[in-house]
Amino acid sequence: MTLDTVKHATETPDVEQPWAELGLKRDEYERIREILGRRPTGAELAMYSVMWSEHCSYKSSKVHLKQFGEKAPENDALLVGIGENAGVVDVGQGYAVTFKVESHNHPSYIEPYQGAATGVGGIVRDILAMGARPVAVMDPLRFGAADHPDTKRVLPGVVAGIGGYGNCLGLPNIGGEVVFDDCYQGNPLVNALCVGVMKHEDIHLAKASGAGNKVILYGARTGGDGIGGVSVLASETFESTGPAKRPAVQVGDPFQEKLLIECTLEIFKENLVAGIQDLGGAGLSCATSELASAGSGGMRVELDTVPLRDATLSPEEILMSESQERMCAIVEPDKVDRFLEICEKWDVIATVIGEVTDGDRLEIYWHGEQIVDVPPRTVAHEGPVYHRPYARPEWQDALQADDANKLPRPASGAELKEQVLKIVASPNQASKAWITDQYDRFVQGNTVLAQPEDSGMIRIDADTNLGVAVATDGNGRYAKLDPYAGAQLALAEAYRNVATTGAKPLAVSDCLNFGSPEDPAVMWQFAEATRGLADACQTLGTPVTGGNVSLYNQTGETAIHPTPVVAVLGVIDDVTRRTPVAFKEEGQLLYLLGDTKEEFGGSAWSQVVHGHLGGLPPAVDLERERLLAEILISASRDGMIDAAHDLSDGGLIQAVVESCLRGGTGARLVVPDGLDAFTFLFSESAGRAVVAVPRSEEVRFNDMCGARGLPVTRIGVIDGDAIDVQGEFALSLAELRTAHEETIPALLA
Amino acid sequence: MTARIGVVTFPGTLDDRDTQRAVRLAGAEAVPLWHRDKDLKQVDAVVLPGGFSYGDYLRAGAISRFSPLMGTIIDQAKAGMPVLGICNGFQVLTESHLLPGAMLRNNHLHFICRDQKLRVESDRTAWTADYVAGQEISIPLKNIDGRYVADERTLDMLEAEGRVAFRYLDVNPNGSLRDIAGITNEAGNVVGLMPHPEHAVEPGIGTGRTDGLGFFTSILKKLVNV
Repeated sequence: MTLDTVKHATETPDVEQPWAELGLKRDEYERIREILGRRPTGAELAMYSVMWSEHCSYKSSKVHLKQFGEKAPENDALLVGIGENAGVVDVGQGYAVTFKVESHNHPSYIEPYQGAATGVGGIVRDILAMGARPVAVMDPLRFGAADHPDTKRVLPGVVAGIGGYGNCLGLPNIGGEVVFDDCYQGNPLVNALCVGVMKHEDIHLAKASGAGNKVILYGARTGGDGIGGVSVLASETFESTGPAKRPAVQVGDPFQEKLLIECTLEIFKENLVAGIQDLGGAGLSCATSELASAGSGGMRVELDTVPLRDATLSPEEILMSESQERMCAIVEPDKVDRFLEICEKWDVIATVIGEVTDGDRLEIYWHGEQIVDVPPRTVAHEGPVYHRPYARPEWQDALQADDANKLPRPASGAELKEQVLKIVASPNQASKAWITDQYDRFVQGNTVLAQPEDSGMIRIDADTNLGVAVATDGNGRYAKLDPYAGAQLALAEAYRNVATTGAKPLAVSDCLNFGSPEDPAVMWQFAEATRGLADACQTLGTPVTGGNVSLYNQTGETAIHPTPVVAVLGVIDDVTRRTPVAFKEEGQLLYLLGDTKEEFGGSAWSQVVHGHLGGLPPAVDLERERLLAEILISASRDGMIDAAHDLSDGGLIQAVVESCLRGGTGARLVVPDGLDAFTFLFSESAGRAVVAVPRSEEVRFNDMCGARGLPVTRIGVIDGDAIDVQGEFALSLAELRTAHEETIPALLA
Repeated sequence: MTARIGVVTFPGTLDDRDTQRAVRLAGAEAVPLWHRDKDLKQVDAVVLPGGFSYGDYLRAGAISRFSPLMGTIIDQAKAGMPVLGICNGFQVLTESHLLPGAMLRNNHLHFICRDQKLRVESDRTAWTADYVAGQEISIPLKNIDGRYVADERTLDMLEAEGRVAFRYLDVNPNGSLRDIAGITNEAGNVVGLMPHPEHAVEPGIGTGRTDGLGFFTSILKKLVNV
């Protein structure tokens, strides 16, 4: 086969090219020809096809994502915003924290172990590329029905992949979610979050500047795995062609990644890089074009110098390969020797593959012949933008009219008791310890809180006890009923979870998981959810710092529930003041904070007891969320509360059961005046938390809530070895523990 | 004067910085040691920390055992220098034949991370003198290849010579024979165990308890008194 050089492409304008097979539309292909003034070479076509894929270009979502910037609240803490590998937030004492959540949904369905493993690897390199030491990971996961045979294929593979990769990197896994719903049956959601810490002066950006600077590719050799992963896998719905796409999933080597982390951190320490970018989706195509596009000049790359695992790879394949554990650095010539020396120390292969030029083109050569000559911005940042049509689906009104508040309710204490047991044992509400115990939560020796606490918390300075907390939340059922409110509720819950542990919420990252953007109904859900999230972030003063969009999560015509997953990062000045969920001290008083209303739309009760989804989700009151957070943070700082748990799916009883089991104590609860037992126990009204207050702090705590105007209701006391809802029923801790802890192992072990 | 305790970093070691912190918290000086060196930098004792050295490829600990640094450590350990192997470090010690037996994949085949109760069976080793034989402690356990095995004769010998240093209590988390969590050599200077004392040295962090600090105070007292 002859090499398709730029010269050859100019001379043979009419050659048929496989643009459709590479996932490009006809008008996109025409635009490439227009940009170049000729047909693209095979290598150029490969680059444009992966970089203009939905996954890399955000072509369907861009017009909506703009709101995160336009509505961004004033926030002095934001050091680096959307657009870089990850956002960076100032947490004080000279420290900066970077965090981001990303999806690896499609690969994880095809090849659960490798898909999930490389999802962790990818997000960790994003964080590393900002200049930070990765310090923790979290994994929000969603699967089909817990008892479906395919879930037993997908879930254990995903969990083993996350553990197998993350544990080997030495990153504590401190939280996340596991949710089951039929809607994810053919489209599991495997999102991965990483947090990194650095000093302000260590922030690095992805840009190639300074003519004559060298382009160094380091890390693993390039192989044939993951070719076209972004265009083939992540930008298409699944039909019946699953197995044929297997080679598109990358294969991870966590040992190599661990070396890459330590090697890169040592390189940062000696200040050896002018710009850096990890190789993830779209591999070298992405790294070279993004670095060149963000820089001031051009770039020239000798592609045949790239170290290969398979010597037969074509230049197109090398450009598209998504082989893992690779980074690309821009290094000043006099620093190259030291750079290579550090790589050698860590047994990391490093190769100078090119240099920054004073031109404005990205030029790639293959054994001396030019195969790419493009303006880098047209590849990396000026891809197509679509204003996809969107329309409120016609079924939305009927869905909302199907009111969950009208479902038959338990008529007696005995029936209430039976439903409580059923709910705490249901897969979504049951303990996930069987899963999270497969992740190392202790490594690095800084873990303050981890699953099943409300947020994961990591100490970042052992001398001052400064720490950060992160929580991720999302409720696809709420979002299906009302995507605008659903996205806000996801934010509100994550925000509340961070505050419940005593940390002040600072910033947001999001992973927006939706169906096909080509369906106007899905596009409406997406538009509503992004608008809701942007509005809520503005009100709460927590900017979106970055994130990821995953579209085409659907099988045939059926899309998943719209599932915006929101991560909130908070800071705590002294981690020894953190508030855990466990009820430990008998005699401490239990208080319910916030208002409880009859809100059952999308609730765990409606799902578990009635198999129902309809009505409206709980009302959103962001000012209330902010007030609740302030009270929880003050109470933690001033030692007024010993435990706290946010109320969300499953309502008050779910939270009390979890806190009691965690602490090994019982509780006596009294239904407050004005509420019936059912609403008291199962309502999912937002803006609420339950706290345990030592008797010595009772007056001070009540006074604080009263003065700030937060409704507070005394609902009981920590006592005994049963949960006793007075006048209704009692359940022993032993019975609750069995119900809560045996479900997941029974289904999946 | 304090003791100098070396902490080894192999490629893929994870708990080296945590172990250095634990050493410092106990009051000793932590000295980083690099796998490619032969020089032990005049340390008085060595800790082989946990992790996945060389990715655990081939077999956990099997490649590290041949590193230049291990050559020196093996010689010194035979001459009486105190050596503690934690998790992957324990695996390296059995691969080096400084301790008998071997570690297989957990019987349930999963990685397991839990707060594990142990009984300290021997307080006569260099690393356990600050405990009392029979004392119960809780420290994190986290591994996938943690099932201790040896032939019956070796197990009987270990028991008879009081060389079972730690035993799992309440739950045997991985199928280890005779609930063995850690052992010592005949002289008591070399100790290996699967659970992680270095992750239980500060109140409020990790498990929240400090049950693991005794390993590091034990060795410090021994070395400084000498």
